[in-house]
This record gives sequence, C-alpha cells and structure tokens, in this order.
Amino acid sequence: MKYTLSILVENLPGVLSKVSGLFSRRGFNIDSLAVGVTENDNISRITIVVDGDEHIVEQVEKQLNKLISVIKVKNLTEGGNFIHGELAMIKVNCTAKQRPEIMKIAELMHAKIVDVALTSLTLQIADTPENIETLTSLLRPYGIKESVCTGTVALEKGAATAHK
Amino acid sequence: MISGAEIMVKCLEKEGVTITFGYPGAVICPFYDYIFQSDIEHVLVRSEQNAAHAASGFARTSGKAGVCIATSGPGATNLITGIATAYMDSIPLVAITGQVNSELLGRDVFQEADITGACEPFTKHSYLVKKTEDLPRVFKEAFHIATTGRPGPVLIDVPVDVQTREIAEFIYPEKADIVGYKPRVQGHAMQIKKALETIAGAKRPVICCGGGVVLAGAREEMVAFAKKSQIPVVSTMMGFGVIPQDSDLYLGMIGTHGKSFANQVMNEADVIVMCGARVGDRAVTAPNVLEAHAKIIHIDIDPAEIGKNLSVDIPIVGNIKQVLQEMADQVSPCSCNPWVQTVRQYKKDYVPRGEPRTDFVEPRQFVRDLSAMMEEDAILTADVGQNQIWAANNFNVKEGRFLTSGGMGTMGYSLPAAIGAKLAKPHRQVVAICGDGSFQMSMCELATVCQNQVGIKIIIMRNQRLGMVREFQTRLYGSRYIATILNGDPDFVKLVSAYGIQTALATSNEQAKKLAKEMLASDQPYVLVCDVDPDTPSI
Repeated sequence: MKYTLSILVENLPGVLSKVSGLFSRRGFNIDSLAVGVTENDNISRITIVVDGDEHIVEQVEKQLNKLISVIKVKNLTEGGNFIHGELAMIKVNCTAKQRPEIMKIAELMHAKIVDVALTSLTLQIADTPENIETLTSLLRPYGIKESVCTGTVALEKGAATAHK
Repeated sequence: MISGAEIMVKCLEKEGVTITFGYPGAVICPFYDYIFQSDIEHVLVRSEQNAAHAASGFARTSGKAGVCIATSGPGATNLITGIATAYMDSIPLVAITGQVNSELLGRDVFQEADITGACEPFTKHSYLVKKTEDLPRVFKEAFHIATTGRPGPVLIDVPVDVQTREIAEFIYPEKADIVGYKPRVQGHAMQIKKALETIAGAKRPVICCGGGVVLAGAREEMVAFAKKSQIPVVSTMMGFGVIPQDSDLYLGMIGTHGKSFANQVMNEADVIVMCGARVGDRAVTAPNVLEAHAKIIHIDIDPAEIGKNLSVDIPIVGNIKQVLQEMADQVSPCSCNPWVQTVRQYKKDYVPRGEPRTDFVEPRQFVRDLSAMMEEDAILTADVGQNQIWAANNFNVKEGRFLTSGGMGTMGYSLPAAIGAKLAKPHRQVVAICGDGSFQMSMCELATVCQNQVGIKIIIMRNQRLGMVREFQTRLYGSRYIATILNGDPDFVKLVSAYGIQTALATSNEQAKKLAKEMLASDQPYVLVCDVDPDTPSI
C-alpha cells in the first residue's frame, strides 16, 4: 500500500540528504519525493510517498522523527483526509492537422498548452497522479517526445495543519 | 576580538570538558593551539580510531560526553569506525574534525573528505560549520544531543578558516533550543499501569536488562524493581553487569553466546519485560518464538526501537530510570514462586565450563580467578571474539563496569577504551582482556599508555588464531582454516618490554593466577600474556 507522508524539516543545507539517506540505508522504498519551502522561511516541507505495509511505515515515521532536523512527520494516508497532486509537462508530436484534436484533449483534461512549435505541442497539467496518467495515455498514440513530472505534494483537507 | 579556535576551546570549558583524545593535522592546528593555552588535557593517541574508542571508554565510565579530535581527510575517515562503534552502543561522543578552508570545499583539495556526509549513517547528528558565529550554538547543541535522549555520537566539522576568523565576542547559549528534538522522558502512566497489570497476572515472567539500563544509570532502580517483583532477570551483553552475576535475582546473559538456560527462560516465559534492549540479532535470534507465547512489555527511550525487531504488546517510551522507579514503587511481588524456583535451579545446575590446566591457561577458569581477585568497583574492558565471550560469561561485575563493543563488534576496542576508562577513574582498577588478534589491531596505543603513564592492565589471550572465526570455520566450513592462523605474531613479552612496560607470560592457570595477583598489586601498566589452547571453545 502507498502512504503519503508530510515531513516538516528545518530549511538547512544537507537536510534532504539526511532524509533520503535514511530511506536508502534502511531499505525503505520511495515512490515519489517533493521538497519545497513553506509559509515559514525556516521550514521546508518534504512530501514522500512510501510503498510498504503498516509496520514499515511505522518504522519510517519513527526513524524520520529521530532525525534532529525533522520537526514533524504526519502520515496523511492514515488520516484519510487530504488532497494531493503533481505537476507534469508532456511534449507530444503534433502536426498542424492534429493540433485541434490535441487541444481538445487538453481542454477535456484541464491541461494547459504551454508551448507550440511546428511539429510539437507541450502540455502542462497539475492534477492527481491518476488524471495525469489518463492524459498521458490519451497522448501516447501521437508519440510523446519527452515528459517530466514532479513528486506528489499534499495537504490535509479542512483547517487542520501538519503543525498541529 | 576572539577567534573561532578560541571559541571552540571556550565551549569545551563551558561544557566541563577536562580531557580530550585526538591526533592533530594541518587544518585543526588553530584549535590545538588554544587547547595548548587552556587547562584541558589532551591525550595523543597513535591512530585516530582509538581516539574515538578512548573517548567512548571515558564517556561510559564518567557519564559525560567523550571528546575526540582529528584533522581533515584521513584523520577524519580514520575516526569513522570509532564513531560507528559508539553509535551502535549509544555512547555520547562529540567528535571534532578539522576541515579544509570553506572556500575550497568541494574541490578535492589536499586532505579533503566529506566527513559529515560519510558519517551520516553513524552519527546522531552532524554539523559542518560555515560561520564562526555559529560555533557556540553548534557546540551547545552537540553536547545536548549527544548526552540526552538516547545518547550517541555527534560530529562537528570545522573548516580551518572558520577556526582562524575572529568575531567580536563569545556568548555561550544558556541552553540548546532545537525545534525538532524533544526526547520523551516520562513514561506514559496508562502504559505503566497496563504493564503492571500484565505482570501481576504472569505465571512465568522474566526481565531482560539491556544496555539502556546502564546508559540511564538505572542500576539501583533495576535492582529495586527485580527485588520487589521477584521476577528473575536475564541480560543482553550490553546490559551485563547491572546485577551481579552471583545475585539470586540474576540468571545470566542471553544470546548466541550467552547461557543456554538464560535463553531457555526467555523462550519459556509468558511475560517478558524488555528494558532498554534493542532486540539485536545476537541477543534474540528468534523474536518470533518470543512473540508466539509471551506478552511483551518493551521500555525504551527510543520509540523506533519498540516494534522494530519484536512485536510488542505494551510499549513504554521514556527514560528507563524514571519508568523503572515508578514500576518499582507500584509493583507487587509476583505470584510465580514455582517458576522462580525452577529457573533458579537452572542456574544452580549449571556447571561453569573450563577446568584449570597445567599446559595452557584455561581462559574461562582464568577469568573467574581474575574476577575473584579484582576490586569491587573494577572496570573490565573486553575486546571482540572469543575473549569477549570468555569475559562476559565468567566475569562477575559487582560495583564496577563491563565495557565492550556490543553492537558493532569492533576488534581493537578494549585497549583504547581501557585508557579512556582509567583516565576517567584513575583510582579504579581497569583491566582490558583481548585476544592476540584484537590486541594487534590497537597495540600502537601502548605508546599512549607509556606517554601518559596510564596504569591499565592488559591481558592477551594468545592462541595464535582468530578464534571465533576459526570456530565458524570448524562448524560451518569443513574446518578449512583460511586467514585465521596468526603465525606472524611477535614475541609479545619482548614487544611490550620494548615499550618499557612490565610484562610476563603465563602458560598455566596456576601461573596466570600468581602473575595476575602481581599485576593487580602494581599501579603501573602491565601486560599479561596468557598462552591459550587454540581448541578452547567460546562457551
């Protein structure tokens, strides 16, 4: 099962390597990792999707909590009430003739056309991993030249925060 | 104005550091220059790894953080095994390394090594200090982190320019305020209540005493809890010595090299109280067997140890000293008298192995003889290999200590650890037991012993073999003995004499006993070489 963990860490050099090092050295599997600043300049948030059973995730949380630079670990999947998403850019083969079709797909999937060229089109989508996968499969027949995707970012629903 | 190097020394003074162990080099020279000008003693070791081991011996004996120092590059990398050894046994160390000029970091300059990166898996925390202004805070935090919660080594890497740069003033923070570090001390009252109820209903309970009890200084509380509850106690190697071996309350050491009846008691128990023990594989080979028929209460200050290797019914996170005190206050004597009688009989029926010999020194018999001769508060350090098992299974710790590398199993630990222990408690007897293999891993430290006139006693169990590996080869590899024969051994008596250290060779138990008496009577360093039959088993 996949678990999404939200980790607040001190915004200091070397912290990401401390966190990622822990995963590799203890044999935990990371599906995705995203890191960025928060509303507080001194704190960064690392969102990690871990693949494992309950026992493994419990160890992951405990081991993360042992790192001095880790301020708070919250298991969002356990709470069951969170929103999550990724950002993807997909560069697809596109002739002038195919352009309307692909633009229609983009519209349907709430993706943005961010670059147009004679033989290609680049789409940008910010959505759940499932919807990004749907878009990818719709574009695949045209020939995907290149694509990039961020890790999952997530927040709890409602007024609750990771701080509390 | 004050330089970073002077600040570093002032920080150590503020932390009450009186002694450091280390080895200098170019980029740590500014710091050394201020140690020279201070009252802090510096013990020059002969290899950096032993600076960490000596600091570990000092820390375990004094209860304060041990401080070791090395230069950048090879000096720092040589420290790693010592730091890792301390990490596995949760020993509070502050390791200070010099680093190349911060402007040159990352350019692979002379003696540059990413030591904070390399030590990440083996340190509780580490710092690469980029600004002189940060030094006071970093030192305050480092000592706080090393000595509180579950103790462990902290590394401070200081580039040479950070040491030489001057800032306006030195202000040492009153306390460390680390947002992500608030170790839990008090055990949860409900959990303690649940544990006591479980214990009250137990028919075959046992307490397993681990190294955490030693680290927390909870010997009194452990004895009080065991006495009042009447529950028999076994220990891991790291928890060995908390309760004297000859006490009625204590059964023996568990594990692959422990007493078989102690393991049997664990396997037959219906309630196990794990106290500050991390259920390492050498102590508990088959956790699933225990899980199957015992309710498990696990007390540890590190929540990550609870449930890591063993499924637990009642977890209690907290300082073991406080938790045991509370439990001792509230527990009633267990209604398990038949069980207590049975397990005490196991211990009575056990016949110590190893008879005195005239052709060799029988090591197990000799350890028992030595134990009887040593002072109540003596400290014994044991190395790794057969010598460690002979020591652990036959030495009776009374008011003293038993120091060994339990988790990492680092050969060469006993000699430098003994140096550190003796310097922490100069008036106590300190004896190191090692094999001829492990002795040769740190024998360069005989020079440190001489230079500082450290009155430690070293016993070399010489069998010209790497005995424990050889036992594996006998049992599992068809007696094909490769790389376990130490034919190149020097004449140890001659070698030790060359250092001007008193030494003698024993070839029988009677002789060993006589020489040990002479050795213990002297306040000078002494090396006793004992000829041991290579076929003597560990247990």
